Amino acid sequence: MTSPAEVRDPDIEEVLETETPWIVLVWNDPINLMSYVTFVFQKLFGYSKEKATSLMMDVHEKGRAVVANGTREKCELDVFRLHEHGLWATMQQD
Amino acid sequence: MRFGRRIRRTRQGDFELRLPEDERALLRNVAPQLRQLLDGDLADPSLRRLFPTAYADDAERDREYHQLVRDELAERRRASVDILLATVDETRVDEEQLLAWMGAVNDLRLVLGTRLDVSEETDPMPHPDDPDAPLLVLYGYLGYLLESIVDALGK
Repeated sequence: MTSPAEVRDPDIEEVLETETPWIVLVWNDPINLMSYVTFVFQKLFGYSKEKATSLMMDVHEKGRAVVANGTREKCELDVFRLHEHGLWATMQQD
Repeated sequence: MRFGRRIRRTRQGDFELRLPEDERALLRNVAPQLRQLLDGDLADPSLRRLFPTAYADDAERDREYHQLVRDELAERRRASVDILLATVDETRVDEEQLLAWMGAVNDLRLVLGTRLDVSEETDPMPHPDDPDAPLLVLYGYLGYLLESIVDALGK
């Protein structure tokens, strides 16, 4: 008999991999203008001026902000669009 | 001396560009240099900020991401520079064209800022003896132009 502790689902890591949500981070950088960053958040994510400005201020003051989340595929597309606009974006599992 | 906005949205929904000839000449001079960089080795260190890291803690995935998107990112950037150069003498552009200007001008700032290693403390008014002074002034001008473009697009 095998003890329950040894019973392992081989797919468990794969399940975690697909189900754990990803987050997209934008990092502060000394080049991009505050007005430009705000505009890009509005344009790419459809955020209001207020929400985009508040996210931009988080990036500026706290060094980074979570600007989007979702599946890995969705986040990779968001990161691509942010990179297209020259923002310093990365993604990671939450 | 001209007053009023240099770039503004018109009632028709396109944009009026009131830029003096010397500024247009400057753009005609610097934009092809960006185009040339984008046609060369994309691993050039001054292009670093145009192709940022996506997966900070996973080198393997980051490599895959870059293989997947590098050409597309470069192609979109070349297209923006080409639109800027094709419309650099226009007094009216549509929104898509102005967005291309925005992208190309920001890319120029990213390349210049990387080369100048700018920080939050970089003095926008460099000392005349500073060997980087001409590039810093150009960097400052491109920031001013970008502000005008973003301001017009946001109206």
